[in-house]
Amino acid sequence: MRALLFGLSLVFASAVWAIDPLPFADADQEARFRVLVAELRCVQCQNQNLADSDALIAKDLRKEIFDQMQAGQSDDEIVAFLVERYGEFVLYRPPFSGMNVLLWIGPLLIVVFGGIGIAAHLRRRARTSVTAPRAPLNEDIDW
Amino acid sequence: MIARLFFPLALFVGLAVLLWSGLGKDPTILPSALLDKPVPEFVTTKLREPGVDIGSADLLGEPYLLNVFASWCASCRIEHPVLDAYASRGELKLIGLNYRDQRADALAWLDRFGDPYAEILWDPDGRLGIDFGVTGTPESFVVDALGIIRYKHVVPLSPDDMENEVLPRLKQGAF
Repeated sequence: MRALLFGLSLVFASAVWAIDPLPFADADQEARFRVLVAELRCVQCQNQNLADSDALIAKDLRKEIFDQMQAGQSDDEIVAFLVERYGEFVLYRPPFSGMNVLLWIGPLLIVVFGGIGIAAHLRRRARTSVTAPRAPLNEDIDW
Repeated sequence: MIARLFFPLALFVGLAVLLWSGLGKDPTILPSALLDKPVPEFVTTKLREPGVDIGSADLLGEPYLLNVFASWCASCRIEHPVLDAYASRGELKLIGLNYRDQRADALAWLDRFGDPYAEILWDPDGRLGIDFGVTGTPESFVVDALGIIRYKHVVPLSPDDMENEVLPRLKQGAF
């Protein structure tokens, strides 16, 4: 009997572990949480978001985000809290301001200026080939 | 003609300098968002004296090195003798932040490896660590006499780091 109880308690203990330990107030809040942890970067493993990371600090930050949601903080307030402590690095979508502007429009600039450069080059080449047609390669060669 | 030759060369040199300068950097080391900002306000329990509180205000007036450590942290053991040597020579005021640790484990660890800390803040759940922007252990912060964070170091401190980064900043921070 004792052994059975012990066995049962083990079974139920593991069942408890398998459940997501965060008791959300409602489905809405849980959805907000999922979006937020997917958009925030783990500060230790760096190429993972907070949702995917197994690092201690990621667990702590998920808990912190959850606690702040229970305290009625908005998403923006929670993000501001994390940026204040860990910098804009935690954001997978950095704000469109300061040096970040370069980050956002840099690729566009490269495409635009690269395109202009290629167009100019092609046009120049087309013009030179019209005015000075290349001599056939084998013209002077005595076979 | 000169412009046409010069432009690709300038582009190449610019890119080369940019990429070369990035090579030596460790991308896993984040710049601290708290640099040149005051230490976050906090009150927590002392590790060695359960029930006795210590807060950010108690640490003002003298520059110090705040060292985040834990008994489960392997690399903390590498830097611990370094910290111990400098603190026992009286070269700096060392404050500990015991991070995500059991009190008994932390005390046993200090018994075994030595206790160079003037005060130790206890942060069992890592909540204080979040306020400091801690990402792991060990991490160390140089805080000046006015409580402003002047430097952050995120890998074990070597004697070189102490001489070149930490001690000069502690001296500057004394006013």
